[in-house]
Amino acid sequence: MTAGRSLMPLAKRIIPCLDVDRGRVVKGVNFVGIRDAGDPVEIARRYNEEGADELTFLDITASHEDRDTTAHTVEKIAREVFIPLTVGGGVREVSDIRTLLNAGADKVSINTTAIHNPDLVRQAAERFGSQCIVVAMDVKRVESAETMPRYELFTHGGRKPTGIEAVAWAQKMAALGAGEILLTSMDRDGTRDGFELVVTRAIADAVDIPLIASGGVGSLAHLAAGILEGGADAVLAASIFHFGEFTIPEAKSYLADQGIEVRI
Amino acid sequence: MSALTESDVTHDPAVIGAADRVVFPGVGAIRDCMAEIKRLRCDQLLKSALADGHKPVLAICVGMQALLSRSEENGGVETLGIIPGDVRFFGQDLKDPEGNRLKVPHMGWNEVSQKVKHPLWADIEDRARFYFVHSYWASPVSEEVVAGTFDYGLEGCAALAKDNLFGVQFHPEKSHRAGLQLLHNFLMWNGTC
Repeated sequence: MTAGRSLMPLAKRIIPCLDVDRGRVVKGVNFVGIRDAGDPVEIARRYNEEGADELTFLDITASHEDRDTTAHTVEKIAREVFIPLTVGGGVREVSDIRTLLNAGADKVSINTTAIHNPDLVRQAAERFGSQCIVVAMDVKRVESAETMPRYELFTHGGRKPTGIEAVAWAQKMAALGAGEILLTSMDRDGTRDGFELVVTRAIADAVDIPLIASGGVGSLAHLAAGILEGGADAVLAASIFHFGEFTIPEAKSYLADQGIEVRI
Repeated sequence: MSALTESDVTHDPAVIGAADRVVFPGVGAIRDCMAEIKRLRCDQLLKSALADGHKPVLAICVGMQALLSRSEENGGVETLGIIPGDVRFFGQDLKDPEGNRLKVPHMGWNEVSQKVKHPLWADIEDRARFYFVHSYWASPVSEEVVAGTFDYGLEGCAALAKDNLFGVQFHPEKSHRAGLQLLHNFLMWNGTC
């Protein structure tokens, strides 16, 4: 190793997240210079130009019929955006994953279905390779009289408890072949209070696969904390980028100043 | 960028035979990939494209891994044997030189050290970052074919070059400017080194 060279050349990733309903971005995007803030293609193109390391596209469309729109949107994005694209939301079967990969997704994220049918993760990893299978986990801190406080998986946007303990679940998913964990703290999501670092660290240490931290980012310091204290390999955020508070280059230069390896 | 380019996604021997250049991409696990490659006779098509001697061929990710002799993935799979060597698992206890644990898959933007001068590296800085996502890495027998390396607990083959063949472990199509430059270079390449 030559002096001054990082020992860990792999860059930490910054991932903007788009919530998309029937082909339109919701939870508003408020970029200067964007003509149509609801157009996922235009927003994706903008993040691609700014130097985002990856994009996550979360389909929150309620009805199954409208999901064709998703594949179509993914196709349009993939034609113009030359960074990795993760697509999640409503993935139920191996054929859903195939459709999204064929449309141009690089990774597909499985959330609720992994809870009802963990074998889907194994089948998908065997069929398409672990590298494109992301397991998304929505967790909340649970206090009870009988046990120590712990983190459990929730479904339905954090409303429905499952009783499943988060760290053991992440390990199980990794063992089944997941290639990455997308961890969202439902306690922090939308609060701008920063990542839930305790559970982030616990899972990052417990699994050998990369971890994306999500939920609660309100400042650039939160991004750095997710990596340095939470041990995350990538950090995901929506509003701080969508509303033009910070650009991707600003976030990267901040992280670089904290000694974090980033792709400039 | 180039004024070309028509591309076809095909396994039709006539189309591939008539093509000016061939891309052999790949995403997925090796056993199913090899099964499909054989079922569609892509192994023969690829070998004749390479035998042509000057038709540029670009193999990507699993496409590159399939060129070697054998892969450890899916319990061990015989592959095309065009480039002698093995494809190996990173291992569960991968560590950096300071002893910190490294996650597998090797996923994200890593630097590529260029080991040879090659038309496909034109206008790309040495140690530019490309996007990688893989749990297995190619280890060709001959170091002479290694055109670029990555560093991730070990020094692995990021790119290989032999005659009219160029193979990359990373995804140029997902590697933003450096990746688009490499694809542009491929379109400009006449298949010689």
